Amino acid sequence: MDDLLREFLTETSESLDVADGELLRLETDPNNRDILNNIFRLVHTIKGTCGFIGLARLARLAHAAETLMDEFRNGRPVKSGAVDLILRTIDRIKLILAEIERTDGVEPPGADEDLITALEAEAAQETVEEEVVAPPLAAAMPAPVETASAAGTLERELLPGEVPLDELERMFRETAVEARPKAVPAPAPALAPKAAEGEPAAAGHDPAAAAAQTIRVNVSVLEHLMTMVSELVLTRNQLMEISRRNEDSEYKSPLQRLSTVTGELQEAVMRTRMQPIGNAWQKLPRIVRDLAHELGKHIELEQHGAETELDRQLLDQIKDPLTHMVRNSADHGLEMPAARRAAGKPEKGTIRLAAYHEGGHVIVEIADDGRGLDVSRIKAKAVENGLCTEADAARMTDAQAFRFIFQAGFSTAQQVTSVSGRGVGMDVVRCNIEAIGGTVDVRSKRGEGTTFTIKIPLTLAIVPALIVESTGERFALPQTSVVELVRVRGDSEHSLSFIKHAHVLRLRDRLLPILDLGSVMGLSCHWGERPEGELIVVMQVGSQRFGVVVDSVSHTEEIVVKPLASVLRGISLVSGSTILGDGRVIMIIDPNGLSQVAASRSDKTGEATKSEADAAKNADSNRMSLLLCRAGAEGLKAVPLALVTRLEELDAEDVERLSDRCVAQYRGTLIPILYANDEVERKTSGKQPLLIFSEGERTMGLVVDQIVDIVETAFELKLSSTSPDIMGGAIINGTATEVLDVAHFVQRAFGESFDIPVGHGHERNGRLLLVDDNAFHRAMLEPVLKGNGYAVTTCTSASEALEKLSGDARFDAVVSEVDLRGLDGIGFAERVRSELHMENLPIIAIATGGDADSIERGRMAGFTDYVAKFDRNGLLAALREFAVHEDEEKAA
Amino acid sequence: MSTAAANVEGRSDAHQYVTVRVGGQLFGLPISSVNEVFVPDRITPVPLASREIDGVLNLRGRIVTMIDMRRLLGLSDGTLARMAVGIERTGEAFALLIDGVGDVLLLDPSTYESNPPNLEEEWTQFAEGVHRLETELLVVLDVERVLATVGGVRSAA
Repeated sequence: MDDLLREFLTETSESLDVADGELLRLETDPNNRDILNNIFRLVHTIKGTCGFIGLARLARLAHAAETLMDEFRNGRPVKSGAVDLILRTIDRIKLILAEIERTDGVEPPGADEDLITALEAEAAQETVEEEVVAPPLAAAMPAPVETASAAGTLERELLPGEVPLDELERMFRETAVEARPKAVPAPAPALAPKAAEGEPAAAGHDPAAAAAQTIRVNVSVLEHLMTMVSELVLTRNQLMEISRRNEDSEYKSPLQRLSTVTGELQEAVMRTRMQPIGNAWQKLPRIVRDLAHELGKHIELEQHGAETELDRQLLDQIKDPLTHMVRNSADHGLEMPAARRAAGKPEKGTIRLAAYHEGGHVIVEIADDGRGLDVSRIKAKAVENGLCTEADAARMTDAQAFRFIFQAGFSTAQQVTSVSGRGVGMDVVRCNIEAIGGTVDVRSKRGEGTTFTIKIPLTLAIVPALIVESTGERFALPQTSVVELVRVRGDSEHSLSFIKHAHVLRLRDRLLPILDLGSVMGLSCHWGERPEGELIVVMQVGSQRFGVVVDSVSHTEEIVVKPLASVLRGISLVSGSTILGDGRVIMIIDPNGLSQVAASRSDKTGEATKSEADAAKNADSNRMSLLLCRAGAEGLKAVPLALVTRLEELDAEDVERLSDRCVAQYRGTLIPILYANDEVERKTSGKQPLLIFSEGERTMGLVVDQIVDIVETAFELKLSSTSPDIMGGAIINGTATEVLDVAHFVQRAFGESFDIPVGHGHERNGRLLLVDDNAFHRAMLEPVLKGNGYAVTTCTSASEALEKLSGDARFDAVVSEVDLRGLDGIGFAERVRSELHMENLPIIAIATGGDADSIERGRMAGFTDYVAKFDRNGLLAALREFAVHEDEEKAA
Repeated sequence: MSTAAANVEGRSDAHQYVTVRVGGQLFGLPISSVNEVFVPDRITPVPLASREIDGVLNLRGRIVTMIDMRRLLGLSDGTLARMAVGIERTGEAFALLIDGVGDVLLLDPSTYESNPPNLEEEWTQFAEGVHRLETELLVVLDVERVLATVGGVRSAA
């Protein structure tokens, strides 16, 4: 491809982008002659150049568009349909250009008669208004180019029209002001797009002045400049090192000067890589306009801070994520006009783009004033997709729940539209942004809108990195992915374990997969050869955390990233290279690549642990997470973790006494505060740990002395307690621990009466299926049942329970809530009896109400027995009666 | 300059070659493709790269990818101190690691012959042809082919 053609291609595509934007402005502001002239000139230039280079197809297309544009210039009202047509023409031109670029200068065959005919037909439509609104002042405006069509313009504009006087005056005023910049038109049409390219948005600026201040420089020249400057920085570093060694050096002060100048030079060169973020936004108005048409919504796109600069390379990489997010906002975020009106909002939805600098980062916000995210739907979807349990979901804050939308395959859109809703997208957005070391977050308020915040580094060219050594080679680990450094010795609290061949690190109750940097790099492995213990860099990519074993860690440094040759780019573990202060090249490790290795290994680890865990589970399904705390002097107290909504610190001064009860402000409401027992210290100042329990609308706090730990353990509850606030005792991790009875505290706090089961000794074993869609109730019943020796499987819905039952017939009894969402308990019982043919399986209903009528209906449906919701003694009695374990039955 | 070259000096269809030695064999590189000759220092190995890529080094601020010609040609690793010939291709810097650099020769097409048919395939893919010199044979190295062949990623160990 020759230079002329290449130049033409770059210039034309830039002109077209500008024309795109200008056309949209024209649509909203049809009387603006400036915009119109600008577009006309752009299209005309394209036509002229095409003819000159010999691209006949393009020239014809551009000519047809120009003819229509000319009609507008002659005063014809600008209509949406015509603008559409021109936009489509511009799209076609872009297509042809892309093809030319691909084929090295050959215009692709094909006809554009469809568009040309449409354009000509549109142009030929003589309308009355055309005559009427002929702008009388147009003659005063210099025709930018001397063409036949432009000459025609002059003649027509002189036509007299029946224009009302005030209308005429208005036009006088407008054109007089706006025509002024045009009085200094670019001397040659070919220069105009160049001028416009520098500042596409600055239509009001003097184009000639803009042209003088910007020049087009080849990117490779800048890259070369950058390389040379980094080399200069290295040389300076070496010189500084030498001068440090020679104290009395007379070079000292000139060296200092050299050093300063070099630093400034580096900064200036870095700036040449910077571009306004507006360049990445250029296409968005058009996308939003098209989307608005397609979806039948009214959307306004606001742009703030388009001049915020960031690295050219980053600009390219955030373009796609940004486009996707704006699409998302337009499609999911904003409501239909009718819905907006109903919600008391203006019909026109707004998408607001904003960019600004903040502490070495660029922040980009995409905000809409639409319906906001639906927390409950996200949570339900997360549970459905198995991303969290219902108990987790209930405890989760809104912000935590919102983060699920960045998970792969997660879409809450009820229907798939052509625009979005397929569940791919936000995870890709997150990946793309994380790949460049950025983060993305979301805030939302129901009914008021959603705001996505993207935080990206200013540049990728220089990144902070941790320099580590493994098997004699140094490597750079990007600091953004490094979480902490851990040294593991035989006697330290964190320890390395093996599961088959997989190494894992136990770090504060989390298992992390471990990689040896030397061995994944194909060098060699030094496992266990380091007497001083293993040095582990804990890294995090996305939500995945893993450890990397290295020989030593030297320091952190701002490194200049240099790409590797293309033949080396296939190596997933290496993202580039850099030159250290001593002139040596080292490899930059790609954390994403490492995390993939870790993931593939941890999958294997996962499988291994899973089968072991399964075995353990089968042997003992009494495992539960317990929160261990201290309350009073003697021993530990435990609370089933599933019952605890949140852990807080209670400021003693916040506690108020109302008659004989304590209350405290918590999240805007007063909640009752109880002390775990009489021995818990009633502090008068300072803070005390507080366990928050919530059940539906009711929330209470329980004060303890100290939170000790969270353990997952098997325990056998001995229901022999002397005090009503203790459910029973158990041996947990070798220590006698009392399990607090949360239900008792809830009862005390709210004064509701329900019976507390008193110890009945240890019961027989049986397998129970517990069906309840209320997480709190499940969590309250489960420990009681487990404590009584039953193996409990929990289900959150009747359909899940049916599935479990049909897959596994070995349950001894079912305990089911009657009032279930979806299929209720009665329907569930009917289906168990009729479809699964489990006529003899005891099903015990738990009901809040319990009038004679519904009990009868329940019995008809197949319930074996009825127990009131909080009657745990009754439940245990019913279970003893009906759910006799098969073995014992046989024995009996 | 050798006598063979002197005879044909000034003739327009003659080609100039930078001669290098790899494992005892004389090779010629078209002089237009050679940027510079340097002594490689402190090469950093690139983990998981293909075998013939010896590593990368810093040459005046540029990252140069080093190609080990002995390995590429299927020869055993040498013990001699090595030299490197810098080559540029599509904006990227490469260098061929060789045993030593000789004269620049101006060779006449009359001494040129295509590859002998019994030359091993390992070599024919990089050899454009052969020049008959007085004392030995010079294999013309196809630099484009050499650079196009390297690459490929070794799977993780």
